[in-house]
Amino acid sequence: MRLDILHTLNAERAARRAVIVVTEQPGGAQRLVKAVDVASDPLCEQLQAQLRSGRSGMIESPLGRYFLTVHAPSPRLVITGAVHISQALAPVAGLAGYDVTIVDPRTAFASPERFPDVRVIAEWPQVALPPLAIDRYTAFVALTHDPKIDDDALTHALAHDCFYVGALGSRKTHARRVERLAAAGVSPTAIARIHAPIGLAIGAVSPAEIAIAILAEITLRLRLPADNGR
Amino acid sequence: MLARDEDILKTAEAWRKSGRRVALATVVETWGSAPRPVGSNLVIDDQGNFLGSVSGGCVEGAVVTEAIDVIESGKPKTLEFGVADEIAWKVGLSCGGTIRVYVENID
Repeated sequence: MRLDILHTLNAERAARRAVIVVTEQPGGAQRLVKAVDVASDPLCEQLQAQLRSGRSGMIESPLGRYFLTVHAPSPRLVITGAVHISQALAPVAGLAGYDVTIVDPRTAFASPERFPDVRVIAEWPQVALPPLAIDRYTAFVALTHDPKIDDDALTHALAHDCFYVGALGSRKTHARRVERLAAAGVSPTAIARIHAPIGLAIGAVSPAEIAIAILAEITLRLRLPADNGR
Repeated sequence: MLARDEDILKTAEAWRKSGRRVALATVVETWGSAPRPVGSNLVIDDQGNFLGSVSGGCVEGAVVTEAIDVIESGKPKTLEFGVADEIAWKVGLSCGGTIRVYVENID
């Protein structure tokens, strides 16, 4: 791989844009195709298919045999609520490869002492979320239990196509949330995308166990998006 | 610290820019059960330092040795590892799968 290709690849990844490296086999001739340039590439159909699936792989085409390495942006996790569960969820998600950001306007919660190694924004979601440029490589989790904070954030996450949206609260709490969001004009299809009660049903009790249940559900959505639909 | 995929490629760039000679190994094909998916990377320098993985640790040693060869020659190589391999008595995948690894110089 040429150093300039590697450099562009790292720069595109840092900017959260997908790229594909095309390597001719067995010769090794190589080029980098940015997501925006896929449509004008001679291998456009194959590149598009590979980009959609997010998977790397070998392809055969009339033009030859190529190895396609797909580099999708790293998944991110955005949480509202600098709460006890978040103190467990942030480090586990970090281990699993997520860039974690926590948003909570309550400064007593959103303190660096409580979250030494995490990006914490002590602002309302309306202020904090738009600059984060939430996208389909982002998972969003609402953990404050406070509709004043969670509702706007959930609406924002649904509108920006997050691959996972989850909200803490019992079935009863969620039923009331559904009513509020519907009254605020969120579509039933969008509301149905919210995972609530949050997390896989593993009988989680402690904050750390709930964090694991949440990350397990996020992983399921990331890796098997078509299965186990809710 | 556990290395993420993007850290591996960032490290490859940083090592190369600091003047080290570097090779990149990528899993290009897998058959049967394979420990790491297609696209997984291992970066190696000419001193044998490495970051990332192409298997669960079964064949990294062999890939590092071959990578140093690739750094010397500048020519890419495709390596195949599996239990039925003739070198299986040395290195192989205990999980029973087969993987093909492409090793290239970063120039």
